[in-house]
Amino acid sequence: MKLRGLLFGIAASLAAGASALAQQAPVKIGMITTLSGPGGYLGQDIRDAFKLAIEMEGGKLGGVPVELTVEDDGLKPGQGKQIAEKMLKTDGVKILTGIVFSNVAGATVPDIVDSGALYVSPNAAPSNFAGKECNENYFVVSWQNDSLHESAGQYATNLGYKKAFILAPNYQAGKDALTGFKRMFKGEIAGEVYTRLDQTDFAPEMAQIRAANPDVVFQFHPGGVGIAFLRQYQQAGLLGKIPMVLAAPSLDSTTLNAVGDAAVGLHVTSHWNTDFDNPANKAFVEAWTKAYNRVPTYYASQGYDTALAIASALKATGGKVDVPALRKAMRKADFASVRGAFKFGPNQHPVQDWFALEAQKGADGKPVLKTVGKVLSNHSDVYAKDCKL
Amino acid sequence: MTLVLEQLLNGLQFGVMLFLLAAGLTLIFGIMGVINLAHGSLYMVGAYGAAFVAAQTGSVVLAILGGLAAAAIAGMAMELVVLRRLYARDHLDQVLATFALILIFNQGVTILFGRQPLFVSVPPALNGSVQLLPGLAYPVYRLAIIAVGLLVALGLYLLINRTRIGMLVRAGATHREMVRALGVDIRLLYTAVFGLGALLAGLAGLMAGPILAVQVGMGEQILITTFVVVVIGGVGSIRGAFFGALIVGLVDTSLRAFLPGLLRHAMTGSEADALAAGLSSMGIYLLMAVVLLVRPKGLFPAHV
Amino acid sequence: MSDNTIERAAPAPLAIGTLLATLLLAAALIALPFAMQALGQPALVPLASRVLIYAVAAASLNLALGFGGMVSFGHAAFFGVGGYVVGILYQSYTGDEPFLGLIPGTDQLLITLPAAILVAGLLALVIGALSLRTSGVQFIMITLAFAQMLFFLFVSLKVYGGDDGMTIRRRNALFGLNTRDDATFYFICLAVAAVVFLLFWRIVRSRFGLVLAGIRQNERRMAAIGIAPYRYKLAAFVISGMGAGLAGALMANYMRFVSPDMLHWTKSGELMIMVILGGVGTLLGPLLGAAALVTLETVLTSWTEHWQLVLGPVLLLVVLFTQGGLNGLLARLRPGRSAR
Repeated sequence: MKLRGLLFGIAASLAAGASALAQQAPVKIGMITTLSGPGGYLGQDIRDAFKLAIEMEGGKLGGVPVELTVEDDGLKPGQGKQIAEKMLKTDGVKILTGIVFSNVAGATVPDIVDSGALYVSPNAAPSNFAGKECNENYFVVSWQNDSLHESAGQYATNLGYKKAFILAPNYQAGKDALTGFKRMFKGEIAGEVYTRLDQTDFAPEMAQIRAANPDVVFQFHPGGVGIAFLRQYQQAGLLGKIPMVLAAPSLDSTTLNAVGDAAVGLHVTSHWNTDFDNPANKAFVEAWTKAYNRVPTYYASQGYDTALAIASALKATGGKVDVPALRKAMRKADFASVRGAFKFGPNQHPVQDWFALEAQKGADGKPVLKTVGKVLSNHSDVYAKDCKL
Repeated sequence: MTLVLEQLLNGLQFGVMLFLLAAGLTLIFGIMGVINLAHGSLYMVGAYGAAFVAAQTGSVVLAILGGLAAAAIAGMAMELVVLRRLYARDHLDQVLATFALILIFNQGVTILFGRQPLFVSVPPALNGSVQLLPGLAYPVYRLAIIAVGLLVALGLYLLINRTRIGMLVRAGATHREMVRALGVDIRLLYTAVFGLGALLAGLAGLMAGPILAVQVGMGEQILITTFVVVVIGGVGSIRGAFFGALIVGLVDTSLRAFLPGLLRHAMTGSEADALAAGLSSMGIYLLMAVVLLVRPKGLFPAHV
Repeated sequence: MSDNTIERAAPAPLAIGTLLATLLLAAALIALPFAMQALGQPALVPLASRVLIYAVAAASLNLALGFGGMVSFGHAAFFGVGGYVVGILYQSYTGDEPFLGLIPGTDQLLITLPAAILVAGLLALVIGALSLRTSGVQFIMITLAFAQMLFFLFVSLKVYGGDDGMTIRRRNALFGLNTRDDATFYFICLAVAAVVFLLFWRIVRSRFGLVLAGIRQNERRMAAIGIAPYRYKLAAFVISGMGAGLAGALMANYMRFVSPDMLHWTKSGELMIMVILGGVGTLLGPLLGAAALVTLETVLTSWTEHWQLVLGPVLLLVVLFTQGGLNGLLARLRPGRSAR
């Protein structure tokens, strides 16, 4: 595949010739992401979208030539740390991004920000870095973990459901999910189930849901596990009987494709969707489909926005890798996000709108997610007030 | 009451799935003395094989054949190329070699099929639920899995107790050296047994496809549970694998289904749920530890 | 099992060659951070620290597995618990809340390391006492069972971060040293590793070590000459667990992070792979195995995203074509020397 990183910048700058900017050495950007194992497709989409943003500018970000190095953390915190160590110390990288999973972020991000480099998160944003432990070198372009599920809770309330059955895996992100949902859901909780981390068969849970007979089901099972959950929900005959509200990670376009018709009618809340009507998004979706011939997931949109955010900062400093100046420029969030309105809150996490989507039958018979309304406006997170920046 | 019955069916279905995997593992261990960590990879190969053929042809029968063939071929190739050289070696060398095979299989599948999980739909004939009792609707597909699993168990029972191959297998499990000394073509027997074990793992994989997501690493998730089954039942014993699988399936499912409810009587809801999830995950390991402490050779040991 | 196996396991007098090789290795390890700095590869220093920490863990496992013949598939339990001792003591220290209301927290390496050793040793005593009632595959599985139970316990302990783990913002303090500095931390790891390897070398050559080797080869014969195998095996298992706990405590300091990942069965597997790769039942094998596996993973991931497709065959070749892992390979490359 590739040898020793991806050298877009060099080729581009050679082609560009005499311009002053092109002659300077490309700015190094390090991407630590998960490419192997069941979670591999998340990292792949983030990487592909980031690469796409660079390609669309002809090897540059914000008019500055860049060189992107991608390495696989294998979903091992120690491995992520080791890669960061090498990028920071040997390669002198000052801008890092890419981590998908909270546990890798937990081990790796403190090292990066403490060493004075910038970390811009395209996905993972655990609560411990959003409050008291927030850092001026740490930016999150995606969302704070809880927001995903708060929007789902709000939407379930808006839809008028009174009795919810909620499920999530028994780990931190799962617990945060249920807490987030309950924070915004005004009705009664008919049942709360923590599934197992490595669980793929949900038959016992299906039986419990049927016995509880709630108005609505909320569940958080990202990736392949989510596919299994939805298919089994259908096989158990619950689909169509008990409606379901989901946050974006439990039904991205990859899982939607795999779930197929079973998904039609599900309610999803998200900060982005393929059908958003803004020029930035149209350009992104078109370029993505042309380059990779698959529907972009929201992970891809986040990878792309992360690249744009970094581009805005590089443009402001004229390609100078001066961390305080980059930081200052980043905070302005001076870029056209594919989600539309976007700004950073006081803890450098996004303040953004959340939307309601619905899985509908598309023109070609395959299900697609359609945006049907807004759930929350200018939504931040509850941890921002503890952050003293 | 119907809830309890439904959960028992779920436990039974999980149990027969585990049995298909455990049967192969226990035979391979019992007869060849090989610890095959890559058994889960054969399960994955079966699932991917069937998913691929189903996507290409749309035929259920071809998909089943494709999945079985892929797993059996992968299994026999594994035996011929790698494991055959390791029979005389230490268990530890086998562990390292089969671990290496896991890496190769996982990455090979990633390159061939990509990282996105695949999905196979349930065959149309088996889609939907059936009313077993008033108030108890159960997915037809899961009933079919139970049926297939029990049929395979019966078939294996007949094969092992009524045929010449079965006799060799039984003899091999208890007196390996003797069978070899009697001049049986042990190499052929070994390859055949390995192929059979792989076939069963592939069958489990392809049946799991429509319920679970077909993805890289799916084999490792179930591998450890399968080892638990083999050890609880007694290493090398098909009968042990069968009862061990049913016990593990039922215990695991019941703990998951009923423990939260029980604990909720004693403490507040969310604390009970979190504790129950932790305890129920530990359940089968606790069961195994207790069984081994009371009966170190397992419940139905092959070597008496 | 021929009779001369016992004789072969008995230690030969320390040869001049071995002594020289050991001194050379020691000198190379001491010079390493300076060399890396000079070569402009400072990131290799923490990599070397990681190798040393895993070497300590693997060597400890090797004491049970290689020298004692107890194939433990649950050493991640001791490794992880060692790490959690550091994490929990640090959390109590910063939060100023004694652990269980009794034990005050601390960030002093000279206290956390012995504490980790102690806790891991006690745990090994309990697990070992129960597990050693079985043998063979059953022993492998019962050690796995205990480790998995601990894994799920820590996953559901929300006070200690559950699945997300705990971040340790600062490494433990040792005298006035700057432990955050890579070279300083490397030398701490090197010192610990040197002590551990020296200790294991002594143990293996002691009467205790010889009895252990005898039990491994023929338990019944040892029992017949009046030695209670259970007690010797348990003692070896406890020492082995203590070593793994020590390595875990160092790892928690190195990563400044502890999570249930350290307790997962894949970690037990990884340690086992290091031992087998390096050479089971050899003193320096675990060091070689740890170095090979950690560097291979690091080099390969930076080289290709399909690194597993390279690592797999490499491991396979080692098993198929070397007898006794890398250590055996090295020994055979030097003509006229046996593998041990």
